[in-house]
Amino acid sequence: MNTLIILSAVGVLALFSEMLNFKKALGAIILLGLVGAFAADVMAWNTNRHYYNEMMVVDNFSVAFTGLLIVITFLWFIMSPDFFREPSSRIDHFALIIFALIGGQLMTSYNNMLMLFLGIEILSIPMFILAGSNKSDLKSNEAALKYFLMAAFATGFLLFGMALIYGATGSFQIQNITQFIKSQQGNIPVMLVAGILMMLVGLAFKVSAAPFHFWTPDVYTGSPTVITAFMSTVVKTAAFAGFFRLFSMCFESSSATWANTIWALSALTIIIGNVTAVYQTSFKRMLAYSSISHAGYMLMAILALNQYAQGSILFYATAYSISSITAFAVLLLVSHLAGNDSIESFNGLAKKNPLLAFATVLAMLSLAGIPPLAGFFAKYYIFTAALQQHYTGLVIIAVMGSLIGVYYYFRIIIALFKSENDDVVIPVNNTFKVFLVVTSVAALLLGIMPQLVAGIL
Amino acid sequence: MNHLIQQVPLHYYVLLSTMLFCIGVLGVLFRRNAIVIFMCIELMLNAVNLLLVAFSVYHGDAAGQIFVFFIMAVAAAEVAVGLAILMMIYRNTKSVDINFLDKLKW
Repeated sequence: MNTLIILSAVGVLALFSEMLNFKKALGAIILLGLVGAFAADVMAWNTNRHYYNEMMVVDNFSVAFTGLLIVITFLWFIMSPDFFREPSSRIDHFALIIFALIGGQLMTSYNNMLMLFLGIEILSIPMFILAGSNKSDLKSNEAALKYFLMAAFATGFLLFGMALIYGATGSFQIQNITQFIKSQQGNIPVMLVAGILMMLVGLAFKVSAAPFHFWTPDVYTGSPTVITAFMSTVVKTAAFAGFFRLFSMCFESSSATWANTIWALSALTIIIGNVTAVYQTSFKRMLAYSSISHAGYMLMAILALNQYAQGSILFYATAYSISSITAFAVLLLVSHLAGNDSIESFNGLAKKNPLLAFATVLAMLSLAGIPPLAGFFAKYYIFTAALQQHYTGLVIIAVMGSLIGVYYYFRIIIALFKSENDDVVIPVNNTFKVFLVVTSVAALLLGIMPQLVAGIL
Repeated sequence: MNHLIQQVPLHYYVLLSTMLFCIGVLGVLFRRNAIVIFMCIELMLNAVNLLLVAFSVYHGDAAGQIFVFFIMAVAAAEVAVGLAILMMIYRNTKSVDINFLDKLKW
């Protein structure tokens, strides 16, 4: 709760900074605010308190995911100082990112459908603006419009689902809905089933699960690279936290009605994401498809819903976000110099910039799921959780998907070691070096000691 | 007032709002003009509002009507951003037809 207050205060402060003349110090203030919010978040561990007439609940699940979101946002601020150079709109950028983070926090800690809806919207609306923040670039414009239309469309489905669930159960409160489902003893009214499936469609749009993933590659490619990094880490993690919370706390006892749908979504997402990623020539677009395929793996945790599922989805989100943000950071530097984001622009990076190449190799290995990096244990936990619920077929599909994944991630690694004639060294400043070292060490450390994160839930 | 609303059976409301919702969905899928697509999304949201109000009266519970307020407020905020995005696109392309938006294909 204090986290929410601190973050909101920082966001509002950012909006006032131009009027009160402390624009220069804003970056430092925001980083301090994030540290404060993280501290407040850690203090809420094990308190399990309810706020606003049971509208919000701060339990360990929400504390863990909020902490992850804040850490990733902190890293994101470190990697993207250039985005805030533009004098006319830097303040808006700061404030919008903070407000998006607040939306993400609401999505991890809602206890009422209304808060879920508000969280999704508070997260999404700043993202529409940020996706289009490169105003003169037609690609950025297109990304913003596509993102806006698809997100609003998905919200429509989500709300219709909520309305039907309200019609069937008479409440928006998570506990009341759970009680209603339990009291039916397997005899679930059609309206409720329809509602659950509509909400599933809406949320599948948000986490970009196939067949609702069409907007993802376009929006990720068109948006400025830093915003894509934010979308594929913070937004995705928040969306999965909301998704998981809804299905594990609210709809669990009616799992017979939706388990097959999630099974199919997950399998389809893994296959489509991985196979299409192989054909990409742009690194950014490849990362977009890779993020789709990772959504497929994370859906397996929602399907499994046993005692390992919470820890495994948290660990997966952590491992994926850290590796992904490293990859985007390298892409930011490389594409800035090369002028495009094709895979060829990575050629010969190992000779020119060993540190960048090293960070990229670790990120790619972790995303591919090669031991001993974080990505391996992330996949291992999720697959174990799914196997324990006897989803053997799905695990086989997921393993084959990961094998295809290895191919396209290794294509990047091979490109790094190709010899190139020109010796243009990419300038890397010290903050960036620290950032790359920290994320690389984190990916290694989480791989060696996965219990650090996976064990806390 | 409640009496008046309740004279119409509940499933009529469900049917009507489902129809409105479907019209909205079809509009989003088949229309090419971005402003018409906005309108269709609004239609979807208003179908939801109608459904929520009807359920709220039948359950005798105010939560549904409060939810409608939130949907309206959020939809207004969303459209404000959406129209701004559309203005930006119009300045660059002199059109609001989404067929012009094909820069992002592989």
